[in-house]
Amino acid sequence: MSRQALRQGAREAAGAPAAVLAAGYLGFGALAAGHDVSLPLALAMTAAIWALPAQLILVEMHSLGAAFVAVVVTVVLSSARFFPMTLMLLPLMKAERHRGWHYYAAAQLLSLTGWTMAVARFPQLPQAVRLYWFYGFTFVCIGTSALATGAGYLVAEALTPLARTGLVFMAPMYYLLILSGAVRERIAALSLACGAVAGPLLHLVAPQWSVLLAGLVGGSLAYALVRARVHG
Amino acid sequence: MAELVLLVALCGVLTYAWRGLGVLISGRVDARGEAFTWISCVAYAMIAGLVARMLTMPTGVLEDTSVLERAVASAIALGVYFRLTNRNLLAGVAAGGAALSLIRFAAG
Repeated sequence: MSRQALRQGAREAAGAPAAVLAAGYLGFGALAAGHDVSLPLALAMTAAIWALPAQLILVEMHSLGAAFVAVVVTVVLSSARFFPMTLMLLPLMKAERHRGWHYYAAAQLLSLTGWTMAVARFPQLPQAVRLYWFYGFTFVCIGTSALATGAGYLVAEALTPLARTGLVFMAPMYYLLILSGAVRERIAALSLACGAVAGPLLHLVAPQWSVLLAGLVGGSLAYALVRARVHG
Repeated sequence: MAELVLLVALCGVLTYAWRGLGVLISGRVDARGEAFTWISCVAYAMIAGLVARMLTMPTGVLEDTSVLERAVASAIALGVYFRLTNRNLLAGVAAGGAALSLIRFAAG
């Protein structure tokens, strides 16, 4: 029963979700190679941080020579979304038979892709096997992403500069497309728009702090605008 | 390099701190509170700001491309993603990358 759920999760991840992650992590691998990050370190980022926005922020800010503290604070803020995500998902996976450490292991495997799919699939799965399904699904996700990171890195190094440019360009394209798809929700659209304007402008003033400031200023402005409209 | 290793380790630990905290107090806090709405706005704005900056003022190998070239390649990626394929992310992303390489090649 549990092994079946594990396999089912793995199978469901092996199609479109894995392809989508591969698209993002190929670009990340190429970007890391272009910014002189070593291959083991690029792989370690995918395995240990397992959050593509945080990884892009880390590589980009480091290459700009940003202060240590600035990078850490920015990454921590960008990763804060995992808190409400695990908070919401965990009760849905709880079952008497699992030992406590399972939930902490599952939390490390969680990513936006896994979370989105789990929220959609859990209602159709018995509560007792959901954790196994989640393990199967997320193992395939993280495995594919690690392979894509390595492939992007090695291919970028082997390619001509021209082809490398295209591979590195996949990293921002990945988020351009994903985020463009998210604009139907008004609060998300407003946050994206405010951030997209604030990011480049603040980069002119304070390049090393621009990602952090764009998030705080743009995000807070979007939040205030939406709340003002709801209450006003 | 040593600094980057430390940075990766610290960022990994701190990212996990959010995940672990979520496990620790799950079931006791409502995940739909106002603070979480604000955090998600900040996270969205942050990644949008980074991507906008990478496209308008890139660093590394993308520095050799012009704004126009990147804009055309972005438009092609968006077109493939939203129009040609039914939101196939891999196809859209690959099209954008290939387009930029081809434009550079054509430009000599």
